[in-house]
Amino acid sequence: MIPLSHYLIISAIMFTVGVAGVLTRRNAIIVFMCIELMLNSVNLSLIAFSAFLGNATGQILVFFVMAVAAAEAAVGLAIVIAIYRNRSTVNIDELNILKW
Amino acid sequence: MILDTVIFYLLGSVAIASALLMVTRRNPVISVIFLILNFFCLAGLYLTLHAQFIAIVQIIVYAGAIMVLFLFVIMLLNLGNEDQLREKIGWKKIVAIGLGVALALEVLYIVGYQSRLAAVQSPGAVEIGTVESIGRVLFSEYLFPFEVTSLLLVAAIMGAIVLAKKKFE
Repeated sequence: MIPLSHYLIISAIMFTVGVAGVLTRRNAIIVFMCIELMLNSVNLSLIAFSAFLGNATGQILVFFVMAVAAAEAAVGLAIVIAIYRNRSTVNIDELNILKW
Repeated sequence: MILDTVIFYLLGSVAIASALLMVTRRNPVISVIFLILNFFCLAGLYLTLHAQFIAIVQIIVYAGAIMVLFLFVIMLLNLGNEDQLREKIGWKKIVAIGLGVALALEVLYIVGYQSRLAAVQSPGAVEIGTVESIGRVLFSEYLFPFEVTSLLLVAAIMGAIVLAKKKFE
């Protein structure tokens, strides 16, 4: 049987890859995809805890995370389309109008 | 027993490799394909944890709906070639990679040295992943959050339409 810590290690590595992607990539759509990756790594650890502790709450939480991720992707991609229409770029370094 | 272990390590290594490839590829379409591969591996890992319902929902909602939306937007914006979007390797990128590695080491240290984590799955794990048990919990204990989720989705639909519309009149 695979112990809980191995699932958590996979989840931790995937989360870190997502964080590194958000910090290094400049394409707004790739940044969104890295956020999805981070959400999924957290889902994995939630389901692992749910199975190892014998509690269904973790899986319910994953269900809600998926709903929120779907909403976030829809609104976020609509924002990307609106920005691309106005500035014709999705490079987040050039979108610095809100920067202090 | 052996098969379990082999499947786990295969799915886990493919998941991590596809995540790394997703972050490092320049072409966004290739990134999307690798992210979909990653989601399929995650669905397999959910199956090893006896979470059948979540595994199916993962494939339908994430790999099916959300990633198609991403592909749609990438092709709509014609970002296939990322040449006009130069990404230079500056000091920022090096610092970011260093910080990422530091975060990974911290989390691995915490997880690796935590001896009180369970080693075997709980005997009830087989039952709680079924549609019946998830539905029972979802529509009794978590009924109110479930209803609020529908409001959230309606708000997201309207927000997406308003934001992506050409012009307000």
